[in-house]
Amino acid sequence: MAVVVGALFAASVYMMLRRSLVKLVIGLILLSNAANLLIFTVSGLTRGKPPLIPEGMDLPAGGWADPLPQALILTAIVIGFGVLAFAVVLIRRAYEVVGEDDLDKMRSTDL
Amino acid sequence: MNPEVALPILIPFVAGSLSLVFFRSNAAQRWIGVIGTGALLVSSLVLLYNTWSHGVLVMEMGNWPAPFGIVLVSDLLGAIMTVLAGIMGFAVAVYSLPSISADHETFGYYPLTHLLLAGVCGAFLTGDIFNLYVWVEVLLIASFGLLILGGERGQMEGAVKYVTLNLFSSIMLLAGVGLTYGMTGTLNMADLAVKLPEVENQGLVTVVAMLFLVSFGIKSAAFPLFFWLPASYHTPPVAVSALFAGLLTKVGVYALYRFFTLLFSHDVGYTHELLLWMAGFTMITGVLGAAAHYEMRRILSFHIVSQIGYMIMGLALYTPLALIGGVFYIVHHIIVKANLFLVAGVVYFLRGSYELKEVGGVWHTRPWLGLLFLVPAMSLAGIPPLSGFFGKYMLIRAGVEVESWGIVLVALVVGLLTLFSMVKIWAEAFWKAQPEETGERARRFEAALPQSAVVLMVLPIIGLAAITVFIGLGAQPIYAIANAAAAQLLDSSDYIEAVLGVRP
Repeated sequence: MAVVVGALFAASVYMMLRRSLVKLVIGLILLSNAANLLIFTVSGLTRGKPPLIPEGMDLPAGGWADPLPQALILTAIVIGFGVLAFAVVLIRRAYEVVGEDDLDKMRSTDL
Repeated sequence: MNPEVALPILIPFVAGSLSLVFFRSNAAQRWIGVIGTGALLVSSLVLLYNTWSHGVLVMEMGNWPAPFGIVLVSDLLGAIMTVLAGIMGFAVAVYSLPSISADHETFGYYPLTHLLLAGVCGAFLTGDIFNLYVWVEVLLIASFGLLILGGERGQMEGAVKYVTLNLFSSIMLLAGVGLTYGMTGTLNMADLAVKLPEVENQGLVTVVAMLFLVSFGIKSAAFPLFFWLPASYHTPPVAVSALFAGLLTKVGVYALYRFFTLLFSHDVGYTHELLLWMAGFTMITGVLGAAAHYEMRRILSFHIVSQIGYMIMGLALYTPLALIGGVFYIVHHIIVKANLFLVAGVVYFLRGSYELKEVGGVWHTRPWLGLLFLVPAMSLAGIPPLSGFFGKYMLIRAGVEVESWGIVLVALVVGLLTLFSMVKIWAEAFWKAQPEETGERARRFEAALPQSAVVLMVLPIIGLAAITVFIGLGAQPIYAIANAAAAQLLDSSDYIEAVLGVRP
């Protein structure tokens, strides 16, 4: 998992450093997924132990997977989906208005 | 249970939902805009009063006890920031009535504004770091919408940079939250304040602190992470610029204050030294950028950057006086900076341009507007007896006390250069005569502006200017509140006790 997270971060940074608008958004998508997997990994992966309490007991028997990171990731996925959907629409509009896909040519607001 | 803590978040949400219900009626949305933000202002004042008289207020969402459920916490810093959000929201809502075009209103200007305010207040009041991330996303998505409303070329280009860098910073924040949870197994700020010093690998804590520093550094537009701000803040309608200038970067500053006093104060020699360097360079680059520009909104945008430096300086010096000065400076800055944008907007509506070369002579036709500009402008530069003077005085004195001469020198020089920029706007827009070649357009703009619109635009400016003068002449009550807020920041045991119920 750690390798996957690292690869995703590297790929996303590479994509974001390209000059094309579309690759920029692809980079952002990869980055948000990398962050989600990062949460998953650092919180400790536990296989096959659902946090369910058997009847008549107060605690799950012997070790359980922490459900909170999954709740965090679920929230982050939903937020990320909404924000990225906006970003995709934005680059489409930006491309229509500016007529350019090259980020280096979008400089009129900096000068 | 203190339900008033949730009110500053609920009111804008309700107002925003109502605006969506009346989506087809611009008139109804305007009324909801003014009444909703007015109610927000009142509720935030009540919150500040209660926090002042009863100490830190906590509300557990869904009655889940503290480290497990999400808590809303109102300490003095959070309550002060909420009041400022209320003041800004109300002033901008009134200013929007004449200045926002019907097109913008039709495409959801008011619902987005309410959503933005809800996100800002949520970020100020939450006591949970993942919840903070959620609120930051709420205010970001609303600000994206406001930024591109209108869809002009400049707005699109600015928005691409703004969206990319802010999303990047949010993901850094999310990664930091994840790593923090992995280290400590908790997300509650008070609980973290107890557990972070117990983590064995303190180097890892510093690494996570750096992730948060980068994330909030981008959001607060600190050097070297500020490039999105001057590229985008001058593109939307001026009421939106004023709201952004007043509130958005300050969410980043607030988060820095919260994280680097409550959570990451274990290695002050490293983290706060870094913050001090950031503060110095932020001031210098911001003010030099402003000196180079001749468009009012760009000058003011760069000044946001340079002023952020002063606030971070207060945090970085990390002495009681410096934190008091920092809190005082935030209060002063939000009001003054938004007011300057509002004045620039009025000049635009009178002259038809933000370019200093194309405007002029406002003093000769409307001297009172010149006076209203001078109040926030001189306050920004730190001329006594206005509010900026006391903020700068405390910060610089705090710097002298710890013999940090470099930052003191930078702060003084930057103050002088700020005065230069403000005098530049004054001399060009107000004092010199209207240039001949653009005179025709200026007369057309001025003739098209009804008197009632001028009154509605000037009312919030007068209100904010009055607050600036009040903070300057009667600095004592603000100082007392800032003093108590800084004391709470430095000694977090009150905060932790209020949330967790036990004294650390």
